[in-house]
Amino acid sequence: MESRRKLLIVIAALLAVLIVTPFANSYVIVLVTHALIFAILAMSLDILLGFAGLPSLGQAAYLGMGAYLTAILATRFQFGLDWTFGLVVVLGILIGAATAALFGLFAVHAGGVYFLMITLALGMCVWGLAYRWNSLTGGDNGIVLPTRPEFGIQLADDVTYFFVVFGFFVAALALLTVLVRSPFGRSLVGIRENEPRMRILGYHTWLHKYLAFIIAGGFGGLAGVLWAHAHGLVSPEDVVLATSVDALLMVVLGGPGTLVGGAVGAGIVVFLREYLSTLVPWWQYVLGGVYVLTILYLPGGLMSVPERIRGWRARWENGVRVKFPRHTS
Amino acid sequence: MNGGRPALELRGLSKSFGGLDAVRDVDLKIFPGDRKAIIGPNGAGKTTLFNLISGVLPATSGQVLLFGRDVTRWPSHRRTALGMARTFQITSLFPKLTVLDNVLLAIGGLRRTKFVMWRFLSSYRDPHEKARRLLESAGYWERRDVEVRQLSHGEQRQIEIVLALASDPKILLLDEPAAGLASGESREMAAFLKRLDPDLAILLIEHDMDVVFDVVDRISVLHFGRMVEDGATSEIRSSAKVQEIYLGTG
Repeated sequence: MESRRKLLIVIAALLAVLIVTPFANSYVIVLVTHALIFAILAMSLDILLGFAGLPSLGQAAYLGMGAYLTAILATRFQFGLDWTFGLVVVLGILIGAATAALFGLFAVHAGGVYFLMITLALGMCVWGLAYRWNSLTGGDNGIVLPTRPEFGIQLADDVTYFFVVFGFFVAALALLTVLVRSPFGRSLVGIRENEPRMRILGYHTWLHKYLAFIIAGGFGGLAGVLWAHAHGLVSPEDVVLATSVDALLMVVLGGPGTLVGGAVGAGIVVFLREYLSTLVPWWQYVLGGVYVLTILYLPGGLMSVPERIRGWRARWENGVRVKFPRHTS
Repeated sequence: MNGGRPALELRGLSKSFGGLDAVRDVDLKIFPGDRKAIIGPNGAGKTTLFNLISGVLPATSGQVLLFGRDVTRWPSHRRTALGMARTFQITSLFPKLTVLDNVLLAIGGLRRTKFVMWRFLSSYRDPHEKARRLLESAGYWERRDVEVRQLSHGEQRQIEIVLALASDPKILLLDEPAAGLASGESREMAAFLKRLDPDLAILLIEHDMDVVFDVVDRISVLHFGRMVEDGATSEIRSSAKVQEIYLGTG
């Protein structure tokens, strides 16, 4: 019953975005598209952070791999600018997953803060490659993409591209929703809650975390492909540490372990950043403040607000009706 | 009891932490259906011994054999797959998950479906039936949707055993199942343990002697990591050596 209501709310919110966005001004359409792409990245990170309890600080690396792959194929081989865009999406997911499969060998053995440090270091490696490997990545200048793909439909049109990205976002949300409720997804939650016990129960916990890491990398790669065409420019800026931190902020702000929270967080962060940066030069402090306040006062993120309100109300009503503290019962 | 192959066999098992020999040269055989307790004062190495048997810690030397197979170097999850289960002295559950989710995780541990990512766990009928059977026999089915952290300590101790039973073990290691229980609760726990499948081998660490004498028929005494005495409960009860270890005097 409860989960059905949540599903209806999510569907209603998705329909609202789908219907309202095309009528908004062109700037908002671009921002919503960006938010949806980062929502995919944030949800991929939530699989690690929220479900498996692995705080990755290098999720931008997989976005970067997907984005650079798209840009390089498009500029060097004119590949992926027609129907082959579909192939690029598949390749982007594969390169994200393959990179994660390699990095995971180093990272997944570690736990807690060590996992964080290793993913940070590996993310910096990707950034270093993007920045230094001039002949391939264009170094600091990055790569400017030609026009967006065209295969019967013109993705160059921002509204059309929004629809495509929206489709990928809904697909990612649906796939990941099934994943977190599957036996595998539940095993990740068990690992987050009590990994030694999971081992004794017969789970090869390393393998579960490793698979989750690869899957998250795959979705990160997908976000990268979409990002390359959304932004039209792929540069080291996309794989810099700040992008990984942004993804982390989105998940924490929205609510880890909820999937949808990451998407909500992505929307808020993208819009806050864009509007604040036009208003004040110190907008980054505002984002930082939001981050700190969320962790201190709302550890469950925005998604936990309804539950908190229900808790307050229940306590308040109890306090009024039975005029003694609860702990006496 | 059973002339066949031992369910669990330890051969010269030792573990040292730096200069401290926590477990020294322990030999032990448990046959299917055996009920055996390991007793000894605090720091005797009982929990370390369990950690060696279940693969939580690597052994320094010696061998652990499960159903005749040398599992000394195996990780925990593979030992569990052979039919071993254990509980923990300090309750080790999934506190923020419901009772049902705890049991479902335990049931899933040895099923190949644990890698399925494209189907809701709730769509599998079989694990749910089994969870229902387990929870009904333990008397928790009505409270399956309660988060485990909201259960009392005694109730959590019972759930701890339910999780161990979920993998249909052939040998069960219980690390102080009655730890922190009131005397009425320990009696209940003992009765619960006695109701378990008679073919299940149980190795029990326990300080509550009422539970020990009630549940097991043989006792081994561990002292400073060494197995100093082994015999039927009545022998151990009257053993002068055991009295000395526990009371410090003759």
